[in-house]
Amino acid sequence: MTTFRVPGRGRVLHNRPVSFTFDGMTYQGLEGDTVASALIANGVQLMGRSFKYHRPRGPMAAGSEEPNALIGTRRGKGRFEPNTRATVQEIWNGLETNSQNKYPSLKFDVGAINDRAYMLFSAGFYYKTFMWPRSFWDKYYEPFIRAAAGLGVSPSEPDPDNYASRYLHTDVLIIGAGPAGLASARAAATAGLRVTLVDENSEPGGTLLSEPQASLDGTPAWDWLSAELDALTDLDVRIMTRTTAIGYYHQNMIALCQKLTDHQEKPAEGAPRERMWRVRAKQVILAQGALEKPLVFDGNDRPGVMLAGSAQTYLNRYGVRVGNKAVIVTSHDSAWYAAFDLASAGTQIEAIVDTRPTPNADLIKEAAARGITVLPGHTATGTSGRLRIKSVRVNKVENGKVLNARNISCDSLLICGGWTPTLHLFSHTKGSLKWDDESQTFLPDRITEECQIAGAGRGLWGIASALNDGAVMGAAAAKALGKSATTQTVTVANDRPGTGESHTELPTDLDPGKARAFVDYQNDVTAKDLRLAVREGMRSIEHVKRYTTNGMATDQGKMSNINGLNIAADALGKKQPEVGLTTFRPPYTPTSFGAFAGYHKGEHFEVTRKTPIDSWAEENGAVFEPVSLWRRAWYFPKDGEDMDAAVRRECRETRKSLGMFDASTLGKIEVVGPDAVEFMNRMYTNPWTKLAPGRTRYGLLLGDDGFIRDDGVIGRLSDDRFHITTTTGGAARVLNMMEDYLQTEWPDLKVWLTSTTEQWSTIALNGPNARNLIEPFVEGLDISDAAFPHMSIAECTFAGFPARLFRVSFTGELGFEINVPARHGRALWEKLFDAGQKYDICPYGTETMHVLRAEKGFIIVGQDTDGTVTPYDAGAGWAIGKNKPDFVGMRALNRPDLTAEGRKQLVGLLTEDGTSKLEEGAQIVLDPNQPIPMKMVGHVTSSYHSDAAGRPIALALVEGGHGKTGDTVYIPMPDRTIKATITGTTFYDPEGARLKL
Amino acid sequence: MTHFSALSLLKNALTGQKNWQAQWPDSQPKSEYDVVIVGAGGHGLGAAHYLAKEHGITNVAVIDKGWLGGGNTGRNTTIIRSNYLYDESAKLYDHAVDLWEGLSQDLNYNVMFSRRGVLMLAHNVHDVQSFQRHIHSNRLNGVDNRWLTPQEAKEFCPPLNISPNARYPVMGGALQMRAGTARHDAVAWGYARSASQRGVDIIQNCPVTAIRRGPDGSVEGVETAKGFIRAKKVAVSAAGHTSVVMDSAGVRMPLESYPLQALVSEPIKPIFPCVVMSNTVHAYISQSDKGELVIGSGTDQYTSYSQRGGLPLIEHTVAAICEIFPIFNRMRMLRKWGGIVDVTPDRSPILGTTPVPGLYVNCGWGTGGFKATPGAAHTLAWTIAKGTPHDINAPFTLDRFRTGRLIDEAAAAAVAH
Amino acid sequence: MLLVHCPYCDETLPELEFTYGGEAHIARPENPADKTDDEWRDFLFIRTNVKGPHFERWRHAHGCGRFFNAVRDTVSDRFLTTYKADAPRPDLAVLLADASMKEPSK
Repeated sequence: MTTFRVPGRGRVLHNRPVSFTFDGMTYQGLEGDTVASALIANGVQLMGRSFKYHRPRGPMAAGSEEPNALIGTRRGKGRFEPNTRATVQEIWNGLETNSQNKYPSLKFDVGAINDRAYMLFSAGFYYKTFMWPRSFWDKYYEPFIRAAAGLGVSPSEPDPDNYASRYLHTDVLIIGAGPAGLASARAAATAGLRVTLVDENSEPGGTLLSEPQASLDGTPAWDWLSAELDALTDLDVRIMTRTTAIGYYHQNMIALCQKLTDHQEKPAEGAPRERMWRVRAKQVILAQGALEKPLVFDGNDRPGVMLAGSAQTYLNRYGVRVGNKAVIVTSHDSAWYAAFDLASAGTQIEAIVDTRPTPNADLIKEAAARGITVLPGHTATGTSGRLRIKSVRVNKVENGKVLNARNISCDSLLICGGWTPTLHLFSHTKGSLKWDDESQTFLPDRITEECQIAGAGRGLWGIASALNDGAVMGAAAAKALGKSATTQTVTVANDRPGTGESHTELPTDLDPGKARAFVDYQNDVTAKDLRLAVREGMRSIEHVKRYTTNGMATDQGKMSNINGLNIAADALGKKQPEVGLTTFRPPYTPTSFGAFAGYHKGEHFEVTRKTPIDSWAEENGAVFEPVSLWRRAWYFPKDGEDMDAAVRRECRETRKSLGMFDASTLGKIEVVGPDAVEFMNRMYTNPWTKLAPGRTRYGLLLGDDGFIRDDGVIGRLSDDRFHITTTTGGAARVLNMMEDYLQTEWPDLKVWLTSTTEQWSTIALNGPNARNLIEPFVEGLDISDAAFPHMSIAECTFAGFPARLFRVSFTGELGFEINVPARHGRALWEKLFDAGQKYDICPYGTETMHVLRAEKGFIIVGQDTDGTVTPYDAGAGWAIGKNKPDFVGMRALNRPDLTAEGRKQLVGLLTEDGTSKLEEGAQIVLDPNQPIPMKMVGHVTSSYHSDAAGRPIALALVEGGHGKTGDTVYIPMPDRTIKATITGTTFYDPEGARLKL
Repeated sequence: MTHFSALSLLKNALTGQKNWQAQWPDSQPKSEYDVVIVGAGGHGLGAAHYLAKEHGITNVAVIDKGWLGGGNTGRNTTIIRSNYLYDESAKLYDHAVDLWEGLSQDLNYNVMFSRRGVLMLAHNVHDVQSFQRHIHSNRLNGVDNRWLTPQEAKEFCPPLNISPNARYPVMGGALQMRAGTARHDAVAWGYARSASQRGVDIIQNCPVTAIRRGPDGSVEGVETAKGFIRAKKVAVSAAGHTSVVMDSAGVRMPLESYPLQALVSEPIKPIFPCVVMSNTVHAYISQSDKGELVIGSGTDQYTSYSQRGGLPLIEHTVAAICEIFPIFNRMRMLRKWGGIVDVTPDRSPILGTTPVPGLYVNCGWGTGGFKATPGAAHTLAWTIAKGTPHDINAPFTLDRFRTGRLIDEAAAAAVAH
Repeated sequence: MLLVHCPYCDETLPELEFTYGGEAHIARPENPADKTDDEWRDFLFIRTNVKGPHFERWRHAHGCGRFFNAVRDTVSDRFLTTYKADAPRPDLAVLLADASMKEPSK
């Protein structure tokens, strides 16, 4: 089987076989192989189908830039992911993989019919058709287009894996552990800095792993590497492999995604699959190297066509020959070395085709010594072979003229169009690039973050220059941090620096209009598509990219952007920088959602705030509802009750005898200081000066736009101390708003604000027996109606706990709210519940609270008001201190629209039939017979079955509602129209007699 | 110019696609136009199209500091819906949907408006109340929108997790079936092609540096990088950059520009049939015709023109998506990008006339401008042509910030209790 | 994620500790009742929304709780300075000159 494996070669472990499956077939590879290297070793090049034309494809590359060899990978239930790059996925015993975007099989795919009709599917074809007849779009055209979407299939089960995230602070973060990165690390570490060195590959070394022939200071490359890594470890350099720097964010924050288990046969139970690192580095060194560029010519995409540098990597790193008979087509010196290495390993090199008329003489000499045919000044004009390349058509080019063709048979075609610096992360920083005419690439120009670029990233080729530049940049980073580094110069023998030339499409003697010369392999974008886009008026690279989808595949343009730009520029007759470079966007390589989500999953997606009494509610069968970040007991169903029945019972028992309610989520703010009362006067609409200590008042808070923001009962404990309550969801917002006014508008006021929401547990007791229940628990305070009337507050000892006791009612019943230090909340609740048994005490939840307050016409801010409601609209004009010179929102209340006629005002609504319960949110009209669109005059804000009123009740905002009491309005529902009468907002005990017990 | 059709496509296929012409020429400015529109996004180009097509005003220039369609038109998640609460908004966005439905034919350019349905999820009682209010209001306004139970929502969108034990359980959703998505770039290109075909000049890479007003206060033209261009009517449709341009005319705007991020996954075979929005957890998702999951995030907290955006927000958005659709946890993010959205105090747009005679404005769309493109452009063209507000854009005046007559959809939906 | 220097804590900390507070130096008028509707609109809503150095407020919400001011370039998101709420508005020209000195090495 393993005819393409070279014994003893590469860094794979030849004595450690690993078996895995691809499309159901079992294959053997070696430990250290990727899926791609193992399949190639087995003679398999066909690994995928392209997106649009379903062309058969094999790997183009040996790394993360791979556009073609995308596979599905599976590890048992729930652990499947599509579009994995076979060139990156390491194999382990039992790994299951499959090819994608084919039906019924990879070798025979009916979707390839598109390839026959390719002339129709030119760039942007879908913008020009599928429009007639119009009715066909929904029914036929769009479903057809959508069905063609995508490459792999989605996972279909929840992911059983965990993902971790960590912060890391480091002096110097070096991205890329090739020669430049290693040398940077050494320099920075010797300067005494904390250094972190990361690389996306499974082992550090970069180019050194593919170039074992080099010798560094007289030591073979791999031995040197091993010693250097030991030295770095001794210098406490943190080296992280399988770790991709995915994004470069503000102020030197870099996100790293570290793969922890995808390469393991048996990951530890519960071990995280990936870990996201948020690194804050004082200096960053980008040493990401360069990416090889394909040549663009007809048929440059058949299985067996590969980048020459990648073939070299397969051989030297994985011990795999990519084929038996190879042809090299190149415009750069580097591919020659791949040919030499492969020749040494036994691959027949049929020819080295170089586009340059006079390639490097030394290379020609070596080729001659090896008996390799060299065809300088040649072009490639076509290939043959369906599932694997069979031959390549080459022609001599003389004085710009393409001469007669000859076919060279081969099973591998290794191409190289030069190298492009990897500047994706640099581009994330909005650093600018400058076109370099000599190297025909963009190089880094203006740097915006604290970073350096080393090695091939700034256009320096070869191991020696990368190493030496890395050391210089490491030293520069050290210098920027006030340290000095010693830089050592390494002497490299057998180095392979080289030069080359850059091309658009290779010249051809055939009709270029018929050429299938691919630029973006995965998305099937050809050179012709790019030229068509330009012909159609796309003049910026952004337009060309979007029109053709060039560079938008999962390789993010690593393989296609620069060729696309060169061709577009050529078509426009402009220089590349005038056409522009598309922005590289994070992440550098596709990154799992799970890694981004990290720990924020399931119940940890967002914190759930729970009161100290929550556990009691849970033990006693409460149903909960989420309210902002809190969960609150919604109702307490007894055997078999539904929500409706439970709420009716809770309402009834509370009004009849006694109910208890966990009000701990109410926001609480302590306002203290000599100017506390002045502050209160300015913040709230109400007057506070005359509120005596020991008394409470309903407070209304507006924004400076005049609309209601919040409300709550506020107690004055002493001249200089207020206890504010806010709505549950409003607590943080209100405190922030108060701090804002206090700190920035009125810094002269001597007031201190403290959030005490979580310091107090608050239990509300309501019902005629409320006082009877608590009286025995209260020490040092007379709570008789005379001594402690409605709207009182006092500090006391309650059941042995220090407490703040409010006499207040949100139900219309005799009510008390007991605040005790939070840690005593549950103990107090249980004491009251036990003692309350003789009064048939009834724990109730938020729904009953809502019903009871609605029966009294008390508003819920956010339900009965919606951010466009003034106090007057809400019928709370009485809460406005008329003689105050100012308060927040006062001026805005005089704006024209806020004083206009016909504002929506809060009213009560009773359905005429006395039985229909209105839907909350239902719209109100005056004329039910008008056609649609109807003139709506308001909507139902709150609606409940009221046990106390013996009928459904509702609150509503209605245009001019305060002047419409007694009027009939209509609520048109889908099936019928409900008639209702506008009433006041109090449905129960309008005199407030029940409060006066 | 070639009419686009299956036939023209076929003909060109047979001739090697060599005979297509430029969809719009890259014009150089003339010294004077009847109307100058600042900003060549979908809104600005659309206004030019309707000015030419419906009002016969063709001596129009659309000027952009960069390439046409390079701003928010090409950076958004393409959600189109009209199930807004207030009559004013519902009318505006529903007018847009009416136009979306015929836009491909109108422009002879397939903008791929896909009526796949937009499902907005309710995660708490307050959401339920709010969505019910929307649904009732929409029904009486003749706007499509209906309530789905969690089970119905799951049937409509199978990847949805409706477990009651979720951190934010799905308590139902509001579905607008007529809503969906469109191909964003095609909107800009289609309008550009149609407008230029009718004589409109599209002038790219030409920053407008100021608006010049005459002694009587009315507009005289615009100062640009390519010199002064005379025009008695100028419409500013420059999204986040509107403040700067309007300021030069002495009109100060109630706008702030915030970064907004979006992302796509790697492409997968069709799995996600609709658009799902969750305002509570700030996650917006659909699947493109290419197969990518297209996911929108919320805005960063600070104003910015950097188009960068922070990581924490993206982490939260992705977590929210995985919370609602747990099968996507092993999917991979392919790319994320940032846009700049211009936000008004009530998160509704400013559309129409301004205090300056001859000066018109279209801005403040926040995160929702794409869906309104045809509606806003159509009514703005009317206003520019007639010099007075259109019934539909009349409520969206600048003056509402003085009077307090705000159109506050967000306030109507938010404010938790 | 930005790093923000709190002038009260004198520490540079991650943005997650802070909340943004909108444009700075927009004082609430002394006697609101005397203001016209136009003036009140300007106070409430009109913002410079500048593209470039922006005077803005932040609050160290998960730290000392203090509001402070900052000058941040809205194009690069780079902070030019932060200063205490009661400090005078800094001279932009000086800040810009200072910032250009501190730019990352070319």
